[in-house]
Amino acid sequence: MTLSRRRVLMLAAGAAAIPALQLFPGSSFAAAEDVAKMMADFSGGKEPQTGKITLTAPEIAENGNTVPISVDVDSAMDGADMVDAVMILADGNPRPEVATFHFTAMSGSAAATTRMRLARTQNVIALARMADGSVYMDKKEVKVTIGGCGG
Amino acid sequence: MASAPKPRVKVPKTASAGEVIVIKTLISHEMESGQRKDKDGNPIPRKIINKFSCVFNGQPVFSCDLDPAVSANPYFEFSARVPESGTFTFTWVDDDGSVYTDEQSIKVE
Repeated sequence: MTLSRRRVLMLAAGAAAIPALQLFPGSSFAAAEDVAKMMADFSGGKEPQTGKITLTAPEIAENGNTVPISVDVDSAMDGADMVDAVMILADGNPRPEVATFHFTAMSGSAAATTRMRLARTQNVIALARMADGSVYMDKKEVKVTIGGCGG
Repeated sequence: MASAPKPRVKVPKTASAGEVIVIKTLISHEMESGQRKDKDGNPIPRKIINKFSCVFNGQPVFSCDLDPAVSANPYFEFSARVPESGTFTFTWVDDDGSVYTDEQSIKVE
């Protein structure tokens, strides 16, 4: 399904059928290997565990140009129990990287909200790297009905 | 779109010592991803805010490395522990080297 959709979209790209979506290049989308490599680089090769991090994203995004997402990591943010960074990836965008949040002892909580671009239906992945090197992951599929619109 | 990026921040005016508050920030910026083409088919070059940071009385609180997949007019909501009265300084850095800043004071009572 992915390949045939990609071919249709590549043909449409020349005709600017989806003109204004900022993430649509008419070439390739994020390869699974890119996502895996970014995850490995971030985690230092550690296999991410489930738990501790919650990614909140809508099931259906009305507008692929601005999709609200939140992350929250269960951590006291005190002493040894600290979150170092949280990385957000999108496995179906032209490039998977979205943002990396850096937290400190002054953060109070390891939680943040932002808005992101999604080129099409895909998974949003959130990885939390703790001060002790352990890595946790959450993932949500977001359906994108209209991949961006307007100017 | 042609006007200078304008930051807007929302910070509570007061807090109790040690309280964790929520901060909201916004800056008007197109976040040109580098993926679009103009009407002649030429690629429009990437130009985004690539870094946002929040510092309180000289101590880093929160920062974000942004990639082109962050939406236009980048919005962040995050928290901060407030040990004492002081000033939050917010900084946004553009690909072209421009730096935008805003400040907000808070009083611990």
